[in-house]
Amino acid sequence: MGRHILHVDQNSFYASIEMQRHPELRDKPLAVCGSQEERHGIVLTANYIAKPYGVKTGMAIWQARQHCPHLVTLPPDMAEYIRFSNMAREIYEDYTDQIEPFGLDESWLDVTGSVGLYGNPMHIAREISRRIKFELGITASIGVSDNKITAKLGSDYRKPDAITRIERDNYREIVYPLPVEDLLYVGPTTSRKLRAAGIHTIGRLAECPTETLVRKLGKMGRVLQTFALGLDPSPVQKTDHIRTIKSVGNSATPPRNLENQEDVKLMLLLLAESVSSRMRELASKCTVVELYVRDSTLNSISRQQKLDAPTCSSHEIAQAAYGLFALNYRWQNPIRSIGVRGSGLVDASAGVQTSLYDDNSKRDKWERIDAAVDRLRQRYGYHSVRRARMYADPLLGGINPRDDHTVHPVGYFGG
Amino acid sequence: MEEREKRYVPVLVRFEADGKLRPLEIEFAPGQRYPIDKILDVRRAACQSVGGVGDRYTCRIQGQESYLWLEKGRWFVAAKRV
Repeated sequence: MGRHILHVDQNSFYASIEMQRHPELRDKPLAVCGSQEERHGIVLTANYIAKPYGVKTGMAIWQARQHCPHLVTLPPDMAEYIRFSNMAREIYEDYTDQIEPFGLDESWLDVTGSVGLYGNPMHIAREISRRIKFELGITASIGVSDNKITAKLGSDYRKPDAITRIERDNYREIVYPLPVEDLLYVGPTTSRKLRAAGIHTIGRLAECPTETLVRKLGKMGRVLQTFALGLDPSPVQKTDHIRTIKSVGNSATPPRNLENQEDVKLMLLLLAESVSSRMRELASKCTVVELYVRDSTLNSISRQQKLDAPTCSSHEIAQAAYGLFALNYRWQNPIRSIGVRGSGLVDASAGVQTSLYDDNSKRDKWERIDAAVDRLRQRYGYHSVRRARMYADPLLGGINPRDDHTVHPVGYFGG
Repeated sequence: MEEREKRYVPVLVRFEADGKLRPLEIEFAPGQRYPIDKILDVRRAACQSVGGVGDRYTCRIQGQESYLWLEKGRWFVAAKRV
């Protein structure tokens, strides 16, 4: 007995929400964009009027305007998008408790156990589609299948506001002609390798000898072929929007490029403060510090280092990150963006193996200072207390990476 | 269709013991109060005409049915533009 899985994709999610609440913008080309003055002004979502002009997600605002001079741009309102995402989830919860969100605007639903109560999967899909339209005022496209990968292909197949059923009887007809890039996890690199081998469609990937794929792509070759055959066995994982968190990171593209060690020290401190504060919120400490640097030619490196003992001290994280930086960056170009991540998170309350030689009292002191800063900032605002160093360069020092630059990472493999 | 605008309005509300809200009276403009005779329906709905999503109360006021929305703690109606 096969499973019944739906993939619901809210079309142009951010833009659709803005159109819902601004009726006067409904007939205009619209894009929700990252903030312009801080230089990372890129299109996050464009609506269906802007898309035919060539406005795409990830494009810089100025590029988007070249394609579409009348483009209306709006800053993102994440709190509102999360509200809509939660309301959509409440609709899904009426049909199943097996819901796996993929970002704010997509979810897989396993309705195998619900067909007896609510009718066949197509009926449930139509019901969900109708309710999203009525209750949220936006549209969704839904894929109906017996596995997650094919369900996602279905929701991409026709949009906006459509339902596509892909099951054994019509699988080859619909899926085989699609370009391989439509498959989840065929990114630019994999696509290049596959196309070089003459594999342009999902059908060719499905029918290619497995050994050939493994030779070209390693074990991912086998996984992708399973995807192409529509045989992905992975379950819909019951998860909340916040997955079990394994790492906490922050990166920023400052208003100007970083030119020297002092700039970098300042940014790393700023980011480390944010990372350590978020770790304390999660009651965890990190055992690994990762550094990410992208230069003005968009080349990037990332390096990581294991720490001697778990920490959530901003001082220690910044020092480790700067250590990595000094060892690995050669200053061929100025730096465009930089990030710090604490991973290998452990429970902060768990016992720590103390070192005989390490100065633990100092670490404890720094962590308590950080915690005091957290409380001050919570009460009096982010800028109420700052390191003197931040005043050396008000443009860089004035960034609040914690609240302005939090990203929402998701991965298919639950990583 | 006539032009409408999103108008936030003061509402007198009774909190029932079970936590439900029962709007009693809408103050449409200063001195212009309308008692709500009956709540006919409550459901989550998007307001197409003026934008907004929240709990939509279908109210009977002086024999007429009209919608009253509660969105993020504020009440609004889709008022005829004057």
